Amino acid sequence: MEAYISLFVKAVFIENLALSFFLGMCTFLAVSKKISTAMGLGIAVMVVQTLTVPANNFIYQTMLKEDALVWLGVKGVDLSFLSLLSCIGMIAAIVQILEMTLDKFFPALYNALGIFLPLITVNCAILAGSLFMIERDYNFSESVVYGVGSGFGWALAITVMAGVREKLKYSDVPAALQGLGITFITAGLMSLGFMAFSGIQL
Amino acid sequence: MDKETKKVLFEPLVDNNPITLQVLGVCSALAVTSQMSTSLIMALALTSVTACSSAAISAVRQHTPSSIRIIVQMIIIASLVIVVDQLLKAFAFDVSKKLSVFVGLIITNCIVMGRAEAYAMKNPPLQSFIDGIGNGMGYSLILIMVAAVRETLGSGKLLGIEILPLVKDGGWYIPNGLMLLPPSAFFVIGLIIWGFRTWKPKQVEHNEFKILSIAHGEGGHH
Repeated sequence: MEAYISLFVKAVFIENLALSFFLGMCTFLAVSKKISTAMGLGIAVMVVQTLTVPANNFIYQTMLKEDALVWLGVKGVDLSFLSLLSCIGMIAAIVQILEMTLDKFFPALYNALGIFLPLITVNCAILAGSLFMIERDYNFSESVVYGVGSGFGWALAITVMAGVREKLKYSDVPAALQGLGITFITAGLMSLGFMAFSGIQL
Repeated sequence: MDKETKKVLFEPLVDNNPITLQVLGVCSALAVTSQMSTSLIMALALTSVTACSSAAISAVRQHTPSSIRIIVQMIIIASLVIVVDQLLKAFAFDVSKKLSVFVGLIITNCIVMGRAEAYAMKNPPLQSFIDGIGNGMGYSLILIMVAAVRETLGSGKLLGIEILPLVKDGGWYIPNGLMLLPPSAFFVIGLIIWGFRTWKPKQVEHNEFKILSIAHGEGGHH
């Protein structure tokens, strides 16, 4: 149990996808102008991440890994080069299914998240979650914890960023630094703050 | 080279740079730039994937129904990335280990998808290929600039050649460890954007409202 808690804390703070690996930066910079929209997107990312990492883990462990096809009686087959294609296919499929399910059964939630869902397919934080899971060879239960944790960390980062940017409206920024430039520098300072966690040994 | 080709090729360098103006492909630009060698490989990989995928997507654009075009684009891009990934593992294993998941992330790099959607779906293959090279070069330019600053100031070397002699080797330069850490990439890109926009004032974004100046007592609307 302890191992799972430390994996969760590591995924949220120490190895925050947005601030220490710079993943999902395009949406992170573009959709962080208002706290409410940023939170909507953050929750959507968390839900998708929680579903896709374990799903990709299942496919990888039972089909693509070296000698994973033993249960079919096939030996010595290594399909791991296909993992990129299967991961992105799985993500696109899950996002599509999620969109249709929400539309049918939870229209209120669909209206709140609707515009963000298609954006998530090309959010690199999602694909990176699955690729890190493969690179670090997590088992199924670890992948569930990692999925929830990394999604939560990303949601936390974008919400905090939106909070800072809402206040930033009141400051006098040099003309050429306006908009994108100052956002980069703010993100740098936040990332510096998150570096403080990196000394923690778990 | 005629005028149109030149424009398509060189406009993305400064005037319409994918990173500083279009805000595309920022993730990998930040993550791989602590060393020049990894940045060069990444820039090369991304440029070739963008150029080839734009050409391929443009070649099949009249046979792709628009309802499934995203999936078609994804499959073309993912296949090209797998080729690049395998090539790197075969010929430059050390670098491919250092780049870790970032080669795979070229699939979701918005430059590739963005150019496919915005340019390759409307233009013939050869032009799309050149547009891909141009945007890849714009991305590479920023990557190389950031990596040059970070590696020189962070470890006193560039591509393994000593530029600033370090104190511990008898020189005078004390390396700035911050430059090797992730946050510095944000600062360097922020400063590059500042520089670009001071040079080309047309790219400046205007604030939604002005700060009221007490001394002049005006402003508020514009």
